[in-house]
Amino acid sequence: MRQKVLVLYLANSALDAPTVAWAVYDGTGETRPMAGDADTPPYRTGVDALKDGWRLFQAAQILPHSRGDEFDLAYLKYEFFFEKLAEAAA
Amino acid sequence: MSALPLLGAPDMARFVARGFLRFDAVVPAEINDQFLEEAGAGSYPEPGHGMLRTYMELLAGAQIPEVAPGTPLAAAYPQGSAVERLLALPLVQGAMRSLVGPDPAFDHHFLHVTFPPTYYEGGSSEHVSQHTHQDSTIDPSEGFDLQIMYYPHKVTREMGGTRFIPGTHLRRVSEVALGRYQNIAGQQHMVCEAGTLLFLHNGIWHGGGVNHSDRTRTMFKIRMNPSVPQVRQWDIATLPDAPAQRPIFFVKTSQPETVESILMTPEPWFEQDTGRLEFVNRIKLWRRLAGDPAFDADYWATRLENPARRPSA
Repeated sequence: MRQKVLVLYLANSALDAPTVAWAVYDGTGETRPMAGDADTPPYRTGVDALKDGWRLFQAAQILPHSRGDEFDLAYLKYEFFFEKLAEAAA
Repeated sequence: MSALPLLGAPDMARFVARGFLRFDAVVPAEINDQFLEEAGAGSYPEPGHGMLRTYMELLAGAQIPEVAPGTPLAAAYPQGSAVERLLALPLVQGAMRSLVGPDPAFDHHFLHVTFPPTYYEGGSSEHVSQHTHQDSTIDPSEGFDLQIMYYPHKVTREMGGTRFIPGTHLRRVSEVALGRYQNIAGQQHMVCEAGTLLFLHNGIWHGGGVNHSDRTRTMFKIRMNPSVPQVRQWDIATLPDAPAQRPIFFVKTSQPETVESILMTPEPWFEQDTGRLEFVNRIKLWRRLAGDPAFDADYWATRLENPARRPSA
């Protein structure tokens, strides 16, 4: 068995919020996802990924904002990691 | 009054909001042809030598000067060379002056060549797109550097093209730490005619697309630094006399395009809460470029800066 990983970045911390960015990594080697390979998300929301059998295994924490840094923005905030297990080709 | 075709308030606002301005097919064909010849595009190395050796040979064969960072941009390129002629175009001069002011300093340049699949056959390098990144390193400064990306030949979607994400330029990230994000809603791919220029804020997230065509793709990038504060360097005569706060949230009719409306237009990838912080950061950058510390749009800054809410003495 090999792991397929789906990373969804949602518009807020709710799993049913819209997808704003995404990534796929395929441990079976059958596909080679890469930067810029799709302009539309694979799932409209995180819940849609659950409905398709993806298992959530990590979600970004919601952290308070440090005094003085409230307006500094860096990385995407609402990151959700999902997995599926799949048979690898022999 | 400058004789240069300076950028007006709408274009400056678009640059502040989205981090780029695109000028399609503005470089004359004769300069494009001259550049490709000087870059050695007609005699790029043949496939089969490994990517590192191929690239080293390519750079060595290009008639593009090695230039030390900090050199005045005006002295960086030989008189009559393709890049010198490109930089002398009135549109380019006006846009550079508007965005970085007079006498910018040369930072670095690079000849980006993306190769078709045949160059990777039998080698150890994988034929993939470049991870999305922000150039240089974490940049907390208030101003910005300008990067010009020059496309001397037509770029098709099959050739990959530069991928960039409008509106990401105000995020303070550490280079390719964001490489995990394969795709972002609203990302654009530079599919363009020959002679197209892309003017970028140095903070824009971008990456090179993978080239699935049967020919090389060439792009030349120049980064420049301002030598004076980037304050009111553009056509400030285009600024409205007295920008007024427009109604917010409860609005019954569509409103005309203004600096405020441009600055308050979200990107498809905006998170619902941090998208508002993006608006605040756009207001801060506009204040600097306009030399107007009291500027606000849609009341975001005014509400936060209300003197009645300051600590009492």
